[in-house]
Amino acid sequence: MIKKILIANRSEIAARIIRSAKEMGIKTVAVYSEADKESPFVQMADESYLLGPSRVNESYLNVDKIIEIAKESEADAIHPGYGFLSENHLFAERCERENIRFVGPNSHVLKKMGSKIEARKIMKEAGVPVVPGTMEALDTVEEAQAFAKEIGYPVMLKASLGGGGIGMQVVNSDEELENVFLDNQKRAKQFFGDGAMFIEKKIDDARHIEVQILADQHGQVMHLFERECSIQRRNQKVIEEAPSPFISAATREKMGEAAIRAAKAVNYTNAGTVEFLVDAEENFYFIEMNTRIQVEHPITEEVTGVDLVKEQLLIASGKKLSFEKKDVTMNGHAIEARIYAEDPERFFPSPGRITRLDLPEGEHIRHEIGVSSPFQVTPFYDPMIAKLIVSGQSREEAIERMKDALNNYHIEGIKTNIPMLKTIIEHEQFKKGNTKISFVEEFYLPILKR
Amino acid sequence: MKEITASMAGSVWKVLVQEGDQVESDQDVVILESMKMEIPIAAEDDGVVKELKVQEGDFVNEGDVLITLE
Repeated sequence: MIKKILIANRSEIAARIIRSAKEMGIKTVAVYSEADKESPFVQMADESYLLGPSRVNESYLNVDKIIEIAKESEADAIHPGYGFLSENHLFAERCERENIRFVGPNSHVLKKMGSKIEARKIMKEAGVPVVPGTMEALDTVEEAQAFAKEIGYPVMLKASLGGGGIGMQVVNSDEELENVFLDNQKRAKQFFGDGAMFIEKKIDDARHIEVQILADQHGQVMHLFERECSIQRRNQKVIEEAPSPFISAATREKMGEAAIRAAKAVNYTNAGTVEFLVDAEENFYFIEMNTRIQVEHPITEEVTGVDLVKEQLLIASGKKLSFEKKDVTMNGHAIEARIYAEDPERFFPSPGRITRLDLPEGEHIRHEIGVSSPFQVTPFYDPMIAKLIVSGQSREEAIERMKDALNNYHIEGIKTNIPMLKTIIEHEQFKKGNTKISFVEEFYLPILKR
Repeated sequence: MKEITASMAGSVWKVLVQEGDQVESDQDVVILESMKMEIPIAAEDDGVVKELKVQEGDFVNEGDVLITLE
């Protein structure tokens, strides 16, 4: 079993991992940048080490320094959290070479699934439906146009190594494709080190529904049902819920099976998420696999009662999953709202000093939080500062509780998206479960213009 | 003389103009990067760039002068 774990991450997810590790009797090591020295997670860990300056390249992406600290502190494992180095196969490979357990799949799996084009091929071969689109990288505008003509506009232009919505764009015509192709290719090269681009058909009225997977090193692969994460802004999730208010029991079962096939196709181990687009007829299409713990994992924990981080640590230690398939059921409904330090109308970041932080409390309320008060929110990292998770017996009850919780969630000193979250939660279309990816554009933004 | 200031803390990702350039109001002159997002900063008035107060890679706080116009 892992004895001491270094968490190569920050903020709420570092705190989340430390909590589960401590409950399992595992010692914890936090690493932090200059900007994060006052962050709660630094105090929570048994030991903490300064990584370096605030910029990510000098801190949370500094592989040499992280490995050095792991050795110095005698940590025998590293949990990468999400973002940063979590899906970096070179980092995982380095950990393997240094004999430090990487909490995630092995470097070969990370490499395969990191390339969206490669992942599409593997999934298609494994009989998992993929979004209609190119199966090879597109080199030129002409090639892209020819292909777009074949499947029909609108299409999604994507970077093979893209993520977090970067390098992804809807394209409506040949002219538009000509205008944006080279630019996006260049940006992909800049951001991800590879300009390989591909095109997918844009699915109408799509929802984003993903399946949680857990796989141990003894051949057990299980799914823990779905999360619906269709409410997004700037291609990033804002509100997630489990179960999906849309899919039928039959679709749920088919998606779960497809996700298990996906995981087995690459001999996946540890926690992972298979993301699908689902259309109005409940056809589902693989888009990508996230080879790490997800931001929105708590809603799965709330409805299944499984602590995903603990399972991750067991799997990485070579242990079996702590439960059997027949024991996993979904009970009630859980909703997560991401709290962003940003303007709720233009979605521009709002770094600054938090002067007041009052959180709602209650039996059905769970907080994952990376800040305190007073607290300086710096401009160096992602704007997500906290997550609010509520659960109820039914979706209606969960919505009601989320509404109350948001009304009692007070942050002063910076702008947050809480007004946006309240508007969405109370929206008739949200209550009806009309949660398509276009929700914000279709139902939220028009309210602001009135 | 007019000043163009940073609307939020962040680092200067791109400077889009040079000293001596004629700029128009609403024209983007600097792109800041804050919280993983690119934020374009536009001139509020027409003018000629007198001085660039920042370089790409610099860190700026909200209200810091980026460019002066005349």
